[in-house]
Amino acid sequence: MSSPISDPIQAGLASGWHVIDAAQLTADLTVEADVVIVGTGAGGGVTAEILALAGLKVVLIEEGELKSSKDFKMREAQAYPTLYQESAARKTKDKAINILQGRTVGGSTAVNWTSSFRTPPGTLRFWQEHYGLKDYSVETMAPWFEMMEQRLNVIQWETAPNENNDLLKVGAQKLNIPVAAIRRNVKGCWNLGYCGMGCPTNAKQSMLVTTIPSALSKGATLVTHARAERLQIEHDAVQALHCTALDASGLRATGKTIRINARHYVVSGGAINSPALLMRSKAPDPHHLLGKRTFLHPTVVSAALYAQPVNGYAGAPQTIYSDHFMDTQAIDGAVGYKLEVPPLHPLLFATTMAGFGDQHAEMMKQFANTHVILALLRDGFHEDSQGGAVHLRDDGYPVLDYVMSDAMWDGVKRALLTMAEIQFAAGAKTVYPLHEQASGYADWSAARQAIDALPYQPNLTRVVSAHVMGGCPMSDDIKLGLVASNGQYHGVDNLSVHDGSLFPTSIGANPQLSIYGLTARLASGLAQKLTGKPAPRPVAA
Amino acid sequence: MSLTRRSFLKAGLFGTLALAAAGGVYRTFKSPEPLHAFALDTEGHAALAAISAAMLGSAMPITPEATERAVRHTLEAIAGLPLAVQKEVQDLFALLTLGVTRRLLTGVPDDWAQAKRADVVAFLQSWRVHRLSLLQSGYHALHDLILGGWYADESTWPGIGYPGPIKELS
Repeated sequence: MSSPISDPIQAGLASGWHVIDAAQLTADLTVEADVVIVGTGAGGGVTAEILALAGLKVVLIEEGELKSSKDFKMREAQAYPTLYQESAARKTKDKAINILQGRTVGGSTAVNWTSSFRTPPGTLRFWQEHYGLKDYSVETMAPWFEMMEQRLNVIQWETAPNENNDLLKVGAQKLNIPVAAIRRNVKGCWNLGYCGMGCPTNAKQSMLVTTIPSALSKGATLVTHARAERLQIEHDAVQALHCTALDASGLRATGKTIRINARHYVVSGGAINSPALLMRSKAPDPHHLLGKRTFLHPTVVSAALYAQPVNGYAGAPQTIYSDHFMDTQAIDGAVGYKLEVPPLHPLLFATTMAGFGDQHAEMMKQFANTHVILALLRDGFHEDSQGGAVHLRDDGYPVLDYVMSDAMWDGVKRALLTMAEIQFAAGAKTVYPLHEQASGYADWSAARQAIDALPYQPNLTRVVSAHVMGGCPMSDDIKLGLVASNGQYHGVDNLSVHDGSLFPTSIGANPQLSIYGLTARLASGLAQKLTGKPAPRPVAA
Repeated sequence: MSLTRRSFLKAGLFGTLALAAAGGVYRTFKSPEPLHAFALDTEGHAALAAISAAMLGSAMPITPEATERAVRHTLEAIAGLPLAVQKEVQDLFALLTLGVTRRLLTGVPDDWAQAKRADVVAFLQSWRVHRLSLLQSGYHALHDLILGGWYADESTWPGIGYPGPIKELS
């Protein structure tokens, strides 16, 4: 069936964009460029557009595939293996935390839920005080956020929240917990609710439909199915980037290689993958910072059953939030948490719900009447929250070792209490804190008693993450950071890092807009340095 | 029996660890073996069928057709994983299907084709809250692969009140 939706990717390909699918290579390939960018997510996409507009010859390297709206059929069985790292089942080393990260052109921006927050002032203040990032104030960042909000159409979402979001609002307000509306980067959104499987209508202003088409239209080259293996670093400079071609499934190397020779190299593979590439490349790390302090916003989950349909699969997935439990305590005190809701679809719902057999089947039958709240814990501020460490396996593939500290588990327990109380206030019949030793509770006092008594341990408490940050911290002090505040890697002349791995702590909010604003600033500085001219200002088409 | 079982378990696990360490040393001198896609042998198929029935409970009709569907969807879910993770799932099935490790680690006395539902349920529940994180993560892998595979299939959607995506664009 032909789609009523116009597809900018197919149109661009027809117009002659330079796109190389490495899976199809029949011989090794060498490409020359002014700048090569590893990764096409938030950091890589923003950087590519600004550098291409500045007239530089840009090459983008992407491990995933080039998909477009014609491929986005809103089916989990197709979306997860093709659009996510490790089929949306990437795990921490102990397998106790499931991590959602994109692996496709557009990176996580192609599959995120469109929530757009500027970096919270308290987070910037913490970086200024503890990481010497004096130029990173609310005021100095504001123009960069404004620029990217205009570029990506970050707007107030005027449509009424779906029931899943509204129940968070109703319950919180009954308890005098303030909530607010989430801004979204969408244009002409159909309010379908399938942002996590690739936007079928091109309404989401992800990198896939904005900055990357813009860069390709300016002559940039995109290489897909290419895994960046190693930066060849000699004499304090990168000499080449070496990549492996993957087959169409993305699972196997074809044996063909790609070498990119560039004046400048930008690493934008996202947290976990960027530090791993730098580790494989033996990039200088005199203070043993590489891959350390990797943060997750560890997220815990509370499900609840209502008399009325919730239909959590339908409508914009995240439109209401509360920062009450972050704003009411010191940023480095008891671990704070942000409240949001997730979209609900059968596969992710079935795997997230605890238990098995008849009891699980009964919960599944109530799928349409189930409401879910998430609490995202703000890690990296409390002294007992140092994040995880990226390691390389024998085959060079990264794995994140993240151990929840006592301070984090304390936050988990408080968050489960908060969510259950809100759900009962909103009229829940039964609340299910997601923990292997919990069951369904019919009233707040039973839930409170049970949550107080649960053992908080890995694999028993359901913990998930969709926000991986840190591992290549930014600071002008080489004892605290690997990357200077202008994005330049300390000790390697022509190497920069532009992605969420730069964050010295977690953000305390969905990170996409933080990455857009930060990398727009870094890329503009880099464009000016490489061309000697003022950086161009990207504008929406 | 619990003492015998526990000491064997310990020896077995330490044996596994020693083998893994030896493998690590070996691999540092030799380039790693190429990884293969997950494959199910006859006993593995019987194990997955029995475990699927217990995992899915009343969601899965007890018919050969439904059992095959559950197995097929689990295999589809496994096929999307990186080969290194497929290897881990293969190792899990090796533990489940070798008679001695099946009896000691799962407590299921019979071959999988004859396994009683109650024994399989008891095994899943014991791994779910086991003090060995290796077995806990084995439970979670089975949980996610079987349940995820099953409910990803649109034939299950009417039963849970999910209408599916809008027809015009899917």
